[in-house]
Amino acid sequence: MPAPIRLRELIRTIRTARTQAEEREMIQKECAAIRSSFREEDNTYRCRNVAKLLYMHMLGYPAHFGQLECLKLIASQKFTDKRIGYLGAMLLLDERQDVHLLMTNCIKNDLNHSTQYVQGLALCTLGCMGSSEMCRDLAGEVEKLLKTSNSYLRKKAALCAVHVIRKVPELMEMFLPATKNLLSEKNHGVLHTSVVLLTEMCERSPDMLSHFRKLVPQLVRILKNLIMSGYSPEHDVSGISDPFLQVRILRLLRILGKGDDDSSEAMNDILAQVATNTETSKNVGNAILYETVLTIMDIKSESGLRVLAINILGRFLLNNDKNIRYVALTSLLKTVQTDHNAVQRHRSTIVDCLKDLDVSIKRRAMELSFALVNGNNIRGMMKELLYFLDSCDPDFKADCASGIFLAAEKYAPSKRWHIDTIMRVLTTAGSYVRDDSVPNLIQLITNSVEMHAYTVQRLYKALLDDISQQPLVQVASWCIGEYGDLLVSGQCEEEEPIQVSEDEVLDVLEGLLVSNLSTPVTRGYSLTAIMKLSTRFSSLNRIKKVVSIYGSSIDVELQQRAVEYNALFKKYDHMRPALLERMPIMEKTIFSGDGIFTVCLWSVFPVLQANDLLDLLGGNDVVPIIQTTVPTKPASAGGELLDLLGDLSLTVIPPMTAYNKNGLIIEFTFERSNPNPNIAVITIHATNSTEADMTEFVFQAAVPKVCSFPSCILINLLFMSWCIGT
Amino acid sequence: MIKAILIFNNHGKPRLIRFYQYFAEDMQQQIIRETFHLVSKRDDNVCNFLEGGSLIGGSDYKLIYRHYATLYFVFCVDSSESELGILDLIQLICFVFGQVFVETLDKCFENVCELDLIFHMDKVHYILQEVVMGGMVLETNMNEIVAQVELQNRMEKSEGGLSGAPARAVSAVKNMNLPEIPRNINIGDINIKVPSLSPF
Repeated sequence: MPAPIRLRELIRTIRTARTQAEEREMIQKECAAIRSSFREEDNTYRCRNVAKLLYMHMLGYPAHFGQLECLKLIASQKFTDKRIGYLGAMLLLDERQDVHLLMTNCIKNDLNHSTQYVQGLALCTLGCMGSSEMCRDLAGEVEKLLKTSNSYLRKKAALCAVHVIRKVPELMEMFLPATKNLLSEKNHGVLHTSVVLLTEMCERSPDMLSHFRKLVPQLVRILKNLIMSGYSPEHDVSGISDPFLQVRILRLLRILGKGDDDSSEAMNDILAQVATNTETSKNVGNAILYETVLTIMDIKSESGLRVLAINILGRFLLNNDKNIRYVALTSLLKTVQTDHNAVQRHRSTIVDCLKDLDVSIKRRAMELSFALVNGNNIRGMMKELLYFLDSCDPDFKADCASGIFLAAEKYAPSKRWHIDTIMRVLTTAGSYVRDDSVPNLIQLITNSVEMHAYTVQRLYKALLDDISQQPLVQVASWCIGEYGDLLVSGQCEEEEPIQVSEDEVLDVLEGLLVSNLSTPVTRGYSLTAIMKLSTRFSSLNRIKKVVSIYGSSIDVELQQRAVEYNALFKKYDHMRPALLERMPIMEKTIFSGDGIFTVCLWSVFPVLQANDLLDLLGGNDVVPIIQTTVPTKPASAGGELLDLLGDLSLTVIPPMTAYNKNGLIIEFTFERSNPNPNIAVITIHATNSTEADMTEFVFQAAVPKVCSFPSCILINLLFMSWCIGT
Repeated sequence: MIKAILIFNNHGKPRLIRFYQYFAEDMQQQIIRETFHLVSKRDDNVCNFLEGGSLIGGSDYKLIYRHYATLYFVFCVDSSESELGILDLIQLICFVFGQVFVETLDKCFENVCELDLIFHMDKVHYILQEVVMGGMVLETNMNEIVAQVELQNRMEKSEGGLSGAPARAVSAVKNMNLPEIPRNINIGDINIKVPSLSPF
């Protein structure tokens, strides 16, 4: 059998293929040759064959039949074999294949090999794809190598240790003694990987974190030496000494200093020094500066330093280099919550970034702009954001629209402005608006009573222009249905009222029903709107005709509605006005005055009797529903909840025993919270008077949808009280 | 942590692929295609950071890339890596390639051509292994990296290398003085006389 071709030969051959099919053919031929060569157990050429296999694997062809061969190579004595064998193992194997465990013994032997490069290969492989079993078996060897004086091996052992810790976190303790003098190394490679190892340990365990805080002075010293030392050709990158190590140390300092006054104090000086002295003409300098800024923001630094950091970020925003601008925007986004005022100073620069050509920068700037909107700058910011909405990519429009709605809701200076803004969004980015905005907008419009005429007029005009944007059309049809009478009577105060007749309005709505652009949901909206107009307009016949036509629509939803509306005309005409009258103001769940809340305790399971649940729900000692009143208007729609409300006032409720059975006693006591009398506090005492323990005690609180904001009810479980008295 | 290092050319052909997290083979190829698609759309004057595609996973991951002539160097990293630092790292790796592959005195990456990476795929992996291990940066001192790579290449050479027979010198080792290469190499029962190494 002729010697298998060399790797470079194969590469050359494959490159001559002119089509994918030709390439595939060549590869298949070679694979067959390799397979027979493997079958022959040829030691000489195995390494060559595996190398070729790895090349073909990179191109996307299957190479799994080479997995065992890699293992044989690893077991060989030759360095060449081991080198390609380990590479193959890392590329082709992973812990999902059982085969990988066979490597464990080889790796163990190689970790103790006389040649450091073989040891290095073993460490590398273990550190890349070692499974938890392998890590457990070999952690001892790694720990040994972590203490060696050979810097080449020491740095690899450190990274291998990181991998071991990730796979088997319990082994972290084992590496602790070896970390003692890692930082006194002179070799930068070892220093670098040691800092990585320490970082990993600190991130995983708060105990380790407090243990390693004592290293802060040493780290500060190392950093200082790097900055102050003269030119060192070994580690120099564009005039800065070992920037990679500087960045790593800064990151570790950040973790160590977070939340700790003493450590933060110890690093203040060095951070100020780095922040002011680093050369910023090249990317390396900026990388260090950036890391410094992040560290300053995260630890408990003095305010002067924080302001310095934000100003550096502000300077970054003006940098020509796009990468720097992007990175600055990212970090400003992180700090905007904590240092809001400082970031506000850079608002105009951030808003300018909205006009940048780079998509990533635009997105960041948009997010940051929304975070910076407040009551003072709302008008200016909204102008910019609406302009941005007009011109941005479709990917952004949905997020931008949602953001604008949220901001407008929070900070709108006037109702008219609010409605105008919404209109603007609906008309420019109407098809990108999220579906859930439609009900929100409808509620908003309903509640702005004085703006009804203005709103419906504007929406009507928008409909005349364009009926393709579904959210706009839906909101508009709803409004016309509700306030069509205002539209026709020309009552608008805010702007010039338009002259429009009932027929014209009905034309528009009917147009929506037949248009191909309308979705089924939109058609539903328009049909309902037409129906509502039957109590507001006088052209009843026309409306009856439309409704009866759709009684035979092929769209089931539409058909159902039409049939029901028809029935309304025919049999329940006396109810029609009441059913179709104006919607009341929909309260959102804000607490003002006495709140509504209903507490219903429904699952308490003493383990002794499981079928007590039925008793609980149906028995005589069932938990009552406690309620209070709220001074709302008695609404005609959706009032079942309000019907349940009695007239109890909270201060009068005496304590009550809610449950008393099988040794489990539950008592409710009520009181007004002292600092804030608008808050009611219910305390639940559960007592176990039996001798046995009660397990699986489940507490669940159900609240009606009206009070679904989590801020309404604070459930404080004081577990200590569970233990008393059992 | 670095999740993956991908080097491919302007047409998306992979030149070096290294994943530091397990992905099935078809996923790997899909990721390469998606990454190429994302990166090739970018203009040359936009920033070098991309929020990662959906395949390589999630909101915590970014693509950081550099485009040199005909090659894209793409690193997929999570939030524990410094973005600007990775840009420097890519540059460092390119410098190292320059040191190892380039013949001329003025060794820099511009003189490395794509062909070097294509034909020396194994060597490229070995170089990378001295810089990044297990998804973490191992060594950033260029001289160290180059020295260690060349010493290991020398060991391989002394055993006969991948070809199983003394091959023509790989450019990296070419300029070194190697008096200790044996004049005769015994591989099994084949006895080969070593020809004197001529310039590549």
